[in-house]
Amino acid sequence: MSDEYENKTGYQAQSSETISSGGRGGGSGTVPDADHVRPAEIPEQDLYHGHSFITKWVFCQDAKVIGVQYFLLATFTGIIGLILSWLMRLQLGFPEAAGFMTAEHYYQFVTMHGMIMVVYFLTALFLGGFGNYLIPLMVGSRDMVFPYLNMVSFWSFFVAVVVLLASFFVPGGPTGAGWTLYPPQAILEGTPGSGMGILLMCISLILFVAGFTMGGLNYMITVLQARTRGMTLMRMPLTVWGIFTATILAMLAFPALLVGGLMMTLDNVLGTSFFMPTILKAGEVLEYGGGSPILFQHLFWFFGHPEVYIVALPAFGIVSDLISVHARKNIFGYRMMVWAIVGIGGLSFFVWAHHMYVSGMNPWFGFFFATTTLIIAIPTAMKVYNWILTLWRGNIRLNVVMLWCLGFIVTFVNGGITGLFLGNVTVDVPLSDTYFVIAHFHMVMGIAPLMVIMGAVYHWFPLVAGRFLDEKLGKWHFWLTFLGAYSIYFPMHYLGFIGVPRRYFEMYDSPYVTSAVGMNEFISVAAFIVGAAQLILIYNIIRTLKIGKPAGHNPWQANSLEWLTPSVPPEHGNWGEKLPVVHRWPYDFSVPGAKEDFITQTTPPSEVTETEVEKT
Amino acid sequence: MHPGIIFFLVVLGSLLFHIFTPWYWTDIASNWVGMDDTITLTFWVGGGVFIAVCLFMVYCVVKFSYKKDRRAEYKPDDKKLEKILTVATTLGVAALLAPGLIIWNQFVTVPKNALEIDVMAWQWGWQYRLPGEDGKLGTTQIVNINDNNPFGINLDDPYGKDDVLIQSDLINLETNQPVKILLRSVDVLHNWYVPQFRAKMDAVPGIVTYYWFEPNKIGEYEVLCAEYCGVGHYAMRGGVEVQSTEDYNQWISEQETFNDYIAKQENIELENKKIAKNNNFLLNKETYKEE
Ligand code: HEM
Ligand SMILES: [Cu+2]
Ligand SMILES: [Cu+2]
Repeated sequence: MSDEYENKTGYQAQSSETISSGGRGGGSGTVPDADHVRPAEIPEQDLYHGHSFITKWVFCQDAKVIGVQYFLLATFTGIIGLILSWLMRLQLGFPEAAGFMTAEHYYQFVTMHGMIMVVYFLTALFLGGFGNYLIPLMVGSRDMVFPYLNMVSFWSFFVAVVVLLASFFVPGGPTGAGWTLYPPQAILEGTPGSGMGILLMCISLILFVAGFTMGGLNYMITVLQARTRGMTLMRMPLTVWGIFTATILAMLAFPALLVGGLMMTLDNVLGTSFFMPTILKAGEVLEYGGGSPILFQHLFWFFGHPEVYIVALPAFGIVSDLISVHARKNIFGYRMMVWAIVGIGGLSFFVWAHHMYVSGMNPWFGFFFATTTLIIAIPTAMKVYNWILTLWRGNIRLNVVMLWCLGFIVTFVNGGITGLFLGNVTVDVPLSDTYFVIAHFHMVMGIAPLMVIMGAVYHWFPLVAGRFLDEKLGKWHFWLTFLGAYSIYFPMHYLGFIGVPRRYFEMYDSPYVTSAVGMNEFISVAAFIVGAAQLILIYNIIRTLKIGKPAGHNPWQANSLEWLTPSVPPEHGNWGEKLPVVHRWPYDFSVPGAKEDFITQTTPPSEVTETEVEKT
Repeated sequence: MHPGIIFFLVVLGSLLFHIFTPWYWTDIASNWVGMDDTITLTFWVGGGVFIAVCLFMVYCVVKFSYKKDRRAEYKPDDKKLEKILTVATTLGVAALLAPGLIIWNQFVTVPKNALEIDVMAWQWGWQYRLPGEDGKLGTTQIVNINDNNPFGINLDDPYGKDDVLIQSDLINLETNQPVKILLRSVDVLHNWYVPQFRAKMDAVPGIVTYYWFEPNKIGEYEVLCAEYCGVGHYAMRGGVEVQSTEDYNQWISEQETFNDYIAKQENIELENKKIAKNNNFLLNKETYKEE
C-alpha cells in the first residue's frame, strides 16, 4: 500500500536532505521496493533535555518519567482508597470491632474511596501512567508532542491530590456525599463535610480536569501527528487505540463534570439555585428555589458513564496486546476490535441515564436508554469473543501475565452479564441502589481493570526496570487477589436480591430471609486478604529492583515498538539516532514459514520473503 | 494444579452457589412478578453465556498451553464466524430487551383505579396522606408546612380538607388494590422501597415522582430508604401493613382527616394560650418578688 504515496510532494523529497538530525531510515533508492515506506512529513521534534536533578526527575518533561510519576502517585492514592475500603468492610462485617467509627466517618470513607478509586486511581493510572509511558514508545515518536504541557499536567494532578487529601484535615472533614455528590444533600447539613469538604472536593476535581485536559491533548495529538513512518492507524497496537479513544471520551465527558462541580460550588458558596429547589430544613425554608437536583444527575452521569469506558477501553486495549503476545497468536479480528473500541466509545455518550431509571426523571426515557444500553452490549461481547478466540489454537504461555488476563476475562464477563441486568430497566428497578450494583461495578470496573493493570505491570516491568518480576511471588499474588476478589463480589450480588441497600452504615439484615451476617463477615475477611496480598507485589518490586533476573532486549518476543528501543530501559528520546520504520501490524505471531514465532513491526518484508504473512 | 482447573472450579463454584444459595430474593408480595421473571430469564441467558465463555477459555488454556515445538495458528480473522457471533449476540440481547420493555410499559402505565398516596419524606422520616371521601388529594406546597399544616396542604384547595393524614412512618394498604405512590421530599433525595414489592423510585425535592404497584399478600413489610440522604440514611425506615379489605376499611375509618387535625390544633392552641397566660402570671409574680 505504501507505493502509492511515493514522494508526491516536494516538501518530503526536500525534507530528507535538509533535516539532518538523525537518519530517517531508508530513502527510496537504497531499499528493495517491497520495503518502501512513505517518508516523514514533518521535521523531527526538538527535545528539552533536563540537566539538574529537578528538571530530570521532578519537573521532568520526558513522557516516560511523567508516566512513572503518574503511576506512583495514582498508586499512592489507590492505597489510601484500599485502606478506606478495609475500614468500611470492618464496619460492615464486624461492627463491634469498629466501635471508633461513626456514621459520619463511614460516609466520608465511602465517598473518598469511590472518588479516589475511579478518578484519582484508575483514570490517572491508565491514561496518565500507561498513556504517557506507552503512547510515544508504541507509535514510535521521541516523546509526547507537548512535553512541557505534559509536565504541567502531572503537577496539576499532584495539586489535585493534595487538595483532595487536605480535605481530611479541614473542619467537618472530607465530604460524605457519596462519590456521585448528588445535591441538595451534598451541600446541606446532615451530610458530613457539607461545608469545606465538598468545596475542596469540587476544587480538586476542577484541578484534575484541567490537568487531565493538558495530558489528554497530548495523547490525542501525539497519536494523530507523531506516529513514525509506516505506523498507519490500522497498524497501531490496540493498547494505543484503547487509550486514544478513552482520551477522546474523557475530553468530551469531563467538561460535564466540571460544569456540574462549578455550578454546585456556586450554589454552595454564592447561594445560586442551579440544583436547589425550595427546601425545608429544621423547620425553616432555605433561601433556595426553583433549581433541579435531577439536572445535576444528568450532568454527572453524562460524565460518569463515559468515565466507565475511560477506564475500560485502555484495559480492553492492553489486555488484547497481552493476550496476543503471550498466546503467541495474532489478536483475532483486529479490525473488529478497533471498530468495537470506537463504537463503544461513541455509544457510551447515549446511555448515561441508565443510572437514573429510578431517579424520578420522566420514566418514558427508560425505553430509549434501555435500548441503547443493551445495544452497547453487542460490540462489548464481540470483544470478549475475540479475546477467547485469540486463545483458540494459540501457543499459550501460562505465565503470570497470562493469568491476570484470564482473571480479567472471568471477572469482566461476570460483571458484563450483571450489566445486562441493570441496563434492562425493568430488572434494574428492584436491584438499583442495592448491593447488586456494588457487586456489579466492582466486578466490571474495579476488579477487571485491576487485573489488567496487574498484568500490565508484570508485562512491562522488564521494560521499565530492565528486570523480570519474580514469577513465583507473582503467582501467589495473582491467585490470592483473583480468588479473593471473586469471593468478595460474587456472593455480594445476592445481598442485592435480598434488597440490602447500598451506602448503609449498618448492614441491613433482612428479617424475611436467612440471615446474611455470616456472608458479610466472610466478605470482609476476603477483603482483608486481598488488600494484604498487594504487599506481595510491593515486596516483589523492591526485591526485583535489587536482585531480579535481567530481562535484556525484547524478553517476551513481542512485536510492538516499545520493545525495540536501542537501550533497555529506553532512554530520553527513545530511539537513539534513528526513528524506527514500521512495516507491519504488531500481531505477526507464529507466521507460517517464519524462522521465529514473531516478526517485529520493524522487520521489512524483504527479510521475511518466505512467509505467508497477510498484508497489513 | 493446572490453572485451567482452578478457573473451572471457580465457574463450577459460582453455579453451585447460585443453585444452593440460601440468600435470594424475598417472597414477592406485589404484581411485579414480571420483574422476577425477567431476572430469571436474564440469569438463564447471561449465566449460559458466562459459563460458555469461561469453559471455552478453560479448554483453550488446557489444550493449547505452550509447547516449544508447536506453532499457534495464523489466522487474522474469520469474517463468517464474526458475523454468526454478532447475529447470535444481537438475538440474545433482543430476547432480553423485549420482555424488559414490555414490563416497563406496564410500569409506566398506572391503572385508572389506582389509589393515590402521598408519601412525604424528610431527613429522616416518612409520613403519608390518603385522599378523603372525594377521592382526590389536595395540592401542597413546601412553604405551607408548619405545626398546623404538617403536609403543607394548600388551604384554599377544596380537595385538601378531607385528606386523611397519617403522621407515622407506618401505613396500611388494602390487598389487591393498586396504589400509585406519589413521592415528594422537603429536603434531599430519598427513596421509598419495600423489597417485597420490588418497585422503587426516588423522592426528589421540588417535584412529585410516582410509581405504582398492587400489593397482593397480607402481611407486614419494612420500608427502606434506598437513596442516600445523609448520615441518617441507613436508619430511615418505615413500615407497611397489607390488610384484607375489611381490616383496611376499619383502619382507615379510625384515621384523622385534615379537618379533624385543624380542629384539634385549634383546641390545643386555645389550651396553650391559657397555659401561657397562667405561666406569665406566675412568672410576673416571681420577678416581682425577686425585685
Ligand atoms: C478489594 C478492593 C475493594 C473493596 C474491599 C471495596 C469495598 C467497597 C465498599 C465496602 C464500598 C461501600 C459500599 C456501600 O456502603 O455502599 C465501596 C464503594 C465503592 N467502591 Fe469499592 N472496594 C474495592 C475496590 C474498588 C475499586 C478498585 C474501585 C474502582 C472502580 C471501587 C469503586 C467504588 C465505588 C465507585 C464505590 C461507591 C461509592 C459510593 O457509593 O459513593 N472500589 N467499595
Ligand atoms: Cu453507565
Ligand atoms: Cu436515604
